[in-house]
Amino acid sequence: MSDARFPFAGLTGPIDCDIHPGMVSLAELFPHLEGRWVDHLQAYGVHLRQTFANTMTYPRLARDTARSDAWPPGGKPPGSDLDFLREQHLDAQNIAYGILQPLRPGVASERNLSFAAALARAVNSWQVEKWFKPEPRLKGSIVVAPDDADAAIAEIEHWAGHPGFVQVALPPKSLEPLGRKRYWPIFEAAAKAGLPIGIHVSGVAGHAITASGWPSFYAEDHNSNIAAIQATAISLIFEGVTTRWPDLRFVLIEGGLGWSTALAARLDRTWVRFSSELAHLIEAPSIHLKRSFHFTTQPIEEPDRKGMLTEMLREVGIERILFASDYPHWDYDDPRYAIPGDLTSVERQAILRNNAAALYGLKL
Amino acid sequence: MKTKYLICAKADLPVGERRIVTVKGREIGVFNVKGNFYGILNRCPHEGAALCKGLMGSLVTSQEPGSFMMHREGEILRCPWHGWEFDIRTGQSYCDPASVFVKQFDIQCAPGAKVVEGPFVAETFTVSSEGEYLYVEL
Repeated sequence: MSDARFPFAGLTGPIDCDIHPGMVSLAELFPHLEGRWVDHLQAYGVHLRQTFANTMTYPRLARDTARSDAWPPGGKPPGSDLDFLREQHLDAQNIAYGILQPLRPGVASERNLSFAAALARAVNSWQVEKWFKPEPRLKGSIVVAPDDADAAIAEIEHWAGHPGFVQVALPPKSLEPLGRKRYWPIFEAAAKAGLPIGIHVSGVAGHAITASGWPSFYAEDHNSNIAAIQATAISLIFEGVTTRWPDLRFVLIEGGLGWSTALAARLDRTWVRFSSELAHLIEAPSIHLKRSFHFTTQPIEEPDRKGMLTEMLREVGIERILFASDYPHWDYDDPRYAIPGDLTSVERQAILRNNAAALYGLKL
Repeated sequence: MKTKYLICAKADLPVGERRIVTVKGREIGVFNVKGNFYGILNRCPHEGAALCKGLMGSLVTSQEPGSFMMHREGEILRCPWHGWEFDIRTGQSYCDPASVFVKQFDIQCAPGAKVVEGPFVAETFTVSSEGEYLYVEL
């Protein structure tokens, strides 16, 4: 790379904390499923908490939510072809490591919990075979079925210590707020395995995204994700998760970050006024927010005033921010242009790769 | 000094089609919009995507929720990544016209006879003395 905005040479480029691996069809999971679940998948399909199983809750801006140039040759779905992923993203952007976020099938929102546990194992085995083995730059997230805590623990224990997996994936659009006690065994297992929790905007909760019901447009759903991520962070702090596991790290993926400074101030004020209700919180919520949470960059706030984004990133805390591209989705960020040029070289390198390397224990 | 570069025979670029050419290291998309030819840089001013591979669509407007109208079909280029829309004729952005625009190039049309006289390398093309050719000036 000769681009001056891209201060890396050789094979030491950015770490991308959000890449979506695709499947040509669900048949890619068959070798990783027991016979009875292959039959089940073919007979019944997946059953998310919505009426129409193979649709998205809102029609998207772009076909398959993807960049229109991300369809591999031959018409396969975006993100499903390793060679094309290399050519268009890993090699083109000199990516040192890419962290996979498998979203489909939506394991965490599957209603049949036994099937969900089988799908979780299958998707994790598929990550190993299809992606980690042929491409060591790719790392992944352990997918679990959060509403069956025992199965989720078994899944985390099964993969703990595997060099390919760097975090446990949970959805913010869950059946109940993630801080609720039903999910605590999962946090215990992740803490024991030394793995952060990656919370990527995802999930079909079965209830509306807003407090007043279903909005009309994808644009509203898209922005309501930010509120869902904030609610998740509040839940994890107020319910006591970040008190119980102070060393457990949560990565909020695709949920923005500019809001966190205002939220920290608001939560601290709430905590003082409601101290009797929140007596179990010994430290101010802002301390939890700063200590326990990381944020990925994409899709980042894009303020009009030049320099404002840089101020915002510094206010949030450079050391807590991780670069993410969201490849192959339509709102993809290019690592050369997404991070403001008026940050110092040290700050840019921290966001683009050093923070992620430290958090996930990746060797550069 | 500006030089004329040959793109292709006019007949090879029908209405609604485009062709991406590299001229002096720059990728330029050449578009046939309703019989008129326009050239713009293949780089979105927002985040650098290959803009000229985007959809050639319409400008959608609305007077009130629930109704919409489509105008200028085939004249609006939509970026393959974030969906920024540009007027192919002017390079002007429709999302933020005051500050975002894409660089434009003049596309000219000249008779085939001039091809063999011009300064470019004509031998890489099948020259037809009857056809018309498209140029970009850079």
